[in-house]
Amino acid sequence: MSEDNQGILWEVFLQPKPGRPFKHVGSLHAYDKKMAMTAARDLYTRRGEGKGIWLVRAEDIVSSELEDGEAFYDPSNDKIYRHPTFYNLPDGVKHI
Amino acid sequence: MGLNTFKMKNHNLYQYCLQLGDTSFILSHRIAEYCSKAPHLEEDLAITNVGLDLLGQAESFLKYAAEIKGDGTSEDDLAFKRKEKDFKSIHLCEVPNFDYALILVRQFLMDIYNNLLFNELSESKDAIINGISKKSIKEIRYHLQRSKDWMIRLGQGTEESNQKIQYALDTLWMYTNELFYDSSAEIELEKEGIAVLSSSLETEWRKKTKEIIVEAGLVVPENQPHSMQYGKDGIHTEYLGYLLAEMQHLPLLYPDAKW
Repeated sequence: MSEDNQGILWEVFLQPKPGRPFKHVGSLHAYDKKMAMTAARDLYTRRGEGKGIWLVRAEDIVSSELEDGEAFYDPSNDKIYRHPTFYNLPDGVKHI
Repeated sequence: MGLNTFKMKNHNLYQYCLQLGDTSFILSHRIAEYCSKAPHLEEDLAITNVGLDLLGQAESFLKYAAEIKGDGTSEDDLAFKRKEKDFKSIHLCEVPNFDYALILVRQFLMDIYNNLLFNELSESKDAIINGISKKSIKEIRYHLQRSKDWMIRLGQGTEESNQKIQYALDTLWMYTNELFYDSSAEIELEKEGIAVLSSSLETEWRKKTKEIIVEAGLVVPENQPHSMQYGKDGIHTEYLGYLLAEMQHLPLLYPDAKW
């Protein structure tokens, strides 16, 4: 196996426990879905980090461009009314 | 139970734990030797992880063996201060790493065997062996899933990958007879429902290995026993002495060394 033939690049997302959101934890190389799944298990869940794995081919991820940064994100800086900080939350509400 | 019967039972249990523990221990050491040398990063971590699982199993069995022995012996003493002939590891695990194909095939043959063995031992009437086995079988099922997958991938892969796996199979096959050799400890302990007779696993092992070998487009080699004396009785391949010399070097030279 040559060094530049390590297979497809996959991005790995882990769910810490059922019901919680998946979070990006890193990436890996593998030739297909099955191999990617076992590799993800061995690379990223050995210390009990997750109970669920999502794998996405890196090439399938649509990503914003760095040069679009100003147009995309700057307009949100001075619009404080977009932050819902004026509401009183009931005591029982979590994860907000 | 008379005192002598009690001593004999403990002797057999001690020997049996060494047999199980040493086999996992030596295989885990072979895998550890390969750490950082696998064909790619993902596989390097994965195979090393298998080695660590085996080391954990070995530690549990050697710890139990040390307890049975009494006299303050620890599992580390058993690992690092025993002579070659006192080890009960099987020959297949002692074979040195030649290339990735050999490491994979050795693991595949052992994974099928361990899967059958520890499944049975999960019913053992000895509570400790029972417990270790129930914990280990989860790990072993995953090991088998991995090694089976690689066998089929590489067997069905290119002409070269097929040849390399076939060569490893042909090289290692002669060692597999020992898998089904019943040691005196297991013959005695089987009567009490504590151990499993190795010979009882043979039919199922041959069936399962054949299925996967054929699916991978490989050929099952012919049986040719390489030896009439086995590791389970403390008679080893020429390779084990060198392995132990390296593995035991540090604790023997620096007995007080600590992490």
